[in-house]
Amino acid sequence: MFAARLPKRLPLRVLPRARPITTTCSRRSDALFVHRDTPYNNPKIPFEFDAENLTRAKEIISRYPPQYKKAAVIPLLDLGQRQNKGWTSISVMNYVANLLEMPPMRVYEVATFYTMFNREPIGDNFVQVCTTTPCMLQGSTDILNAVCEQLGGIKPGQTTKDGKFTVVEVECQGACSNAPMMVVNDDFYEDLTPESTKKILNAFTKGEKPKPGPQSGRQTSENSAGLTSLTTKPYGPGEFCSPEFS
Amino acid sequence: MLRILPTVTRPSSGLLGKVVASPSSSRRTISSTPARQADITLTVDGKEVTVPQGSALIQACEAAGAVIPRFCYHDRLAIAGNCRMCLVEVERSPKPVASCAMPAMPGSKVFTNTPLVHEAREGVMEFLLANHPLDCPICDQGGECDLQDQSMRYGADRTRFHEITGKRAVENKDLGPLVKTSMNRCIQCTRCVRFANEVAGVEELGTTGRGNDLQIGMYVAKTMDSELSGNVVDLCPVGALTSKPYAFHARPWELKNTESVDVHDALGSNIRVDSRGVQVMRVQPRTNDDVNEEWISDKTRYSYDGLRFQRLTTPLVKRGDRFVPASWEDALSAVATGLAASGATGDEIQAVAGHLADTESLVALRDLVHRLGSDNLTLDQNAGTSSPVHGIDVRSNYLFNSTIPGVERADAILLIGTNPRHEAAVLNSRIRKSWLHTGLEVGLIGARADTTYGYEYLGASARALSDFVQGKGSKFAEKFAAAERPLIIVGSALTEHQDGAAVYNMLAKYVLANKAKLLTPDWTGLSILQRIASRPAAYDVGFVPSKKAASAKPKFVYLLNADEVDPKSIPQDAFVVYQGHHGDLGAQLADVCLPGAAYTEKSTTWVNTEGRSQLGRAAVPPPGASREDWKIIRALSEYVGVPLPYDNVLALRDRMWEVSPTLVRYDITEPTSTDIVLAGLAQLAEKTNGAKVGDQPLKRAVENFYQTDVISRASVTMAQCTRAFVKGEGYGFAGLGKQGDKAEAAFA
Repeated sequence: MFAARLPKRLPLRVLPRARPITTTCSRRSDALFVHRDTPYNNPKIPFEFDAENLTRAKEIISRYPPQYKKAAVIPLLDLGQRQNKGWTSISVMNYVANLLEMPPMRVYEVATFYTMFNREPIGDNFVQVCTTTPCMLQGSTDILNAVCEQLGGIKPGQTTKDGKFTVVEVECQGACSNAPMMVVNDDFYEDLTPESTKKILNAFTKGEKPKPGPQSGRQTSENSAGLTSLTTKPYGPGEFCSPEFS
Repeated sequence: MLRILPTVTRPSSGLLGKVVASPSSSRRTISSTPARQADITLTVDGKEVTVPQGSALIQACEAAGAVIPRFCYHDRLAIAGNCRMCLVEVERSPKPVASCAMPAMPGSKVFTNTPLVHEAREGVMEFLLANHPLDCPICDQGGECDLQDQSMRYGADRTRFHEITGKRAVENKDLGPLVKTSMNRCIQCTRCVRFANEVAGVEELGTTGRGNDLQIGMYVAKTMDSELSGNVVDLCPVGALTSKPYAFHARPWELKNTESVDVHDALGSNIRVDSRGVQVMRVQPRTNDDVNEEWISDKTRYSYDGLRFQRLTTPLVKRGDRFVPASWEDALSAVATGLAASGATGDEIQAVAGHLADTESLVALRDLVHRLGSDNLTLDQNAGTSSPVHGIDVRSNYLFNSTIPGVERADAILLIGTNPRHEAAVLNSRIRKSWLHTGLEVGLIGARADTTYGYEYLGASARALSDFVQGKGSKFAEKFAAAERPLIIVGSALTEHQDGAAVYNMLAKYVLANKAKLLTPDWTGLSILQRIASRPAAYDVGFVPSKKAASAKPKFVYLLNADEVDPKSIPQDAFVVYQGHHGDLGAQLADVCLPGAAYTEKSTTWVNTEGRSQLGRAAVPPPGASREDWKIIRALSEYVGVPLPYDNVLALRDRMWEVSPTLVRYDITEPTSTDIVLAGLAQLAEKTNGAKVGDQPLKRAVENFYQTDVISRASVTMAQCTRAFVKGEGYGFAGLGKQGDKAEAAFA
């Protein structure tokens, strides 16, 4: 209703200087940053390193000066996570805190800061699909969809009903030259197509372990269109030398 | 900046299981380099300013008179540099720099009032407000909020926030009955985390998550169990941490501020009493670097609601089994009649000085009792009816000679029969500060306690001290002997203990034997930590019985704020008068109750454990018919026929000056000269000669920190704290409950 009263075009000077601000929609973490006691995760559940891991833990601690023992918190949490079926329970954190003589809260801070510490149980196989820009440009959306479809329509962040697989989206894993890629447990599977992805997951379902690395048949991250340099035979000793050395 | 001192470096105590068993292994995670003395000169806004080397740029700017807005920076806490509000422009620096995290450099040119700085502040403010709720009208911080003030001063005048998804939401944490949280308002300055970890010793508070999800909390469900937790409310620059008992009670602009002195322990913390009308609404700390820095304990801060309950508001006279309200004339004549009827003469008239008796009334009561021909002046404590073992002839025998800031200069501290955390919480934070930043060694004789710093436990009884004095049985004795400035802190509970004489004898001899280190003109290494606000004044005034008087059976007992008396110690047929402000134990025993004023209602002198006399000020009028305590005693003196010669408080203070000039030399401590300390110790050693060392353990002087006097016993908040922190009801975390030994092990 006021439009009619306004002049058709305001003189430019009158307009307040536009202050554009660009925002991206904030993607909040779905993880909880406080601990809640549950039947499967509470401090009464005992946790202790087994003999082998205790030896390794001692070795790790011995790398640091005694007064900086707490520097070993990340490797020890990782060790605990591996022993505890791939996730870091409150008992693991308390145990590590006790082992390193640091306040438990300092361990909680570390464990909540790093996304690779899972604070909720995960499936037997932990599938992490990279969806950062280089992988996305190479079709990681299809890979993610293929993974979710293959695992019975679960969504990223969920675990299959049989508890065999957990799928998550992750940020760059540093294998961009072989994009798209995913990580299953500790191994990189690169140069994926939806078909090869399904094949890999099938193999894991059967309990096999497919060969990690590029699935396109190329050697590591060499040029997929064939070599363009260093194609001639490298010269050996004695060639192109002064006569007295040949 | 992180430096671990060589003395702190200790062999690793090995792996799990040994943690508890090796109290000597120490974990001091916060360290700093000592300040260097050289000065540097730089230019701030064209003004030359000289600051000590190592100062932060923000300090240099302040020295030059430039106001720098800040949220995370606090001069008593470690530097975090995460709020970015203190950005300034430095010449030849491509970007604005955070002045709190930037050391001041010689010759640099700093600008705090340029368009770049204004824009930077505006930008930072916009980011801070992006996730801050606009709930100022219902926020308790409103009116004293740094964010509110600074956004008015430095922020933009319009919003660009059009986020349809709304602002970040964080769930509130339950930190116990004192601190109310509203985590949506948090701007993650981490002042509370740094305070909890560095000063209070609550290492359970921290930050979880990262980035936009970062939040303050304990991760697990836990309360903030600390005697200093209330200070995070003051530190919080926004309304994320506010006071639970004070919630929605008042706005800061409605309150009258009165600068006063705390009486819940013998530190004499400087406080500001905020009152509205006749009610005390809250108590806040006042900065005094010589006493409490800017912290106060939770009892000081939150027990004010006890001033509203259980008050004696009118004189009461006992008729049969019941108290009947009476006028002042009737009550005072009842006392005079009672005194005459009891037939008490001479030393049969007994006066008992309690915890909250102010110096003026102590002097007046002493004069009154003396005029009645008695010398039976006793203290409201175990063994208070006899003269204390340390005597009162020499001040250094019962005062905290090293002074409170002096604690930080000590490099070895031996605590005997005391837990400073409960007896003087703010002093304890000083010991912790020193323990964190220097190679301070602490030893403890007495009941084990969670002190917030590691200590070597020497034993439970006086026997451990005799071992220590002989230099055997512990590593600590060697460390103590090697220390430059050793300090012995003796708890006030020892005067009440049967081995007190033996302990003082051993200590006096030890100090005399090691006077080269323990007693120099610069350093007095023997300090007595009093825990009761009125006690140093009572000793100064001479409120102790003579030997003859102590043996008399009292027929007339005058309880001045005495609520800890053993009812059995008062003979059945004695006539008992109670003067005080709360209907507690003392009033139950009385035949006549005379209502006095509480510490917020009278302007009186308090002497703290160092011997520093400070003036408390009346914030509110005494309720009902109650009167200032010295006036009651002055009025009573007329009724009993021995009028006291002072009619106003100035005349009374002149009398106090006659008794001891230190009582009216306010706000200073007068160090005792080395010769007098030596003489005092020699006298002490002689007096206690031959005392037998017993095996009786030295018990805790304070069992429940939150309820130690009538005010805190009447306080609802303190009762809630007792429930939450002492008994652990309704709070606590499954499996990691409160276990004294465990908590201690965490620090050991």
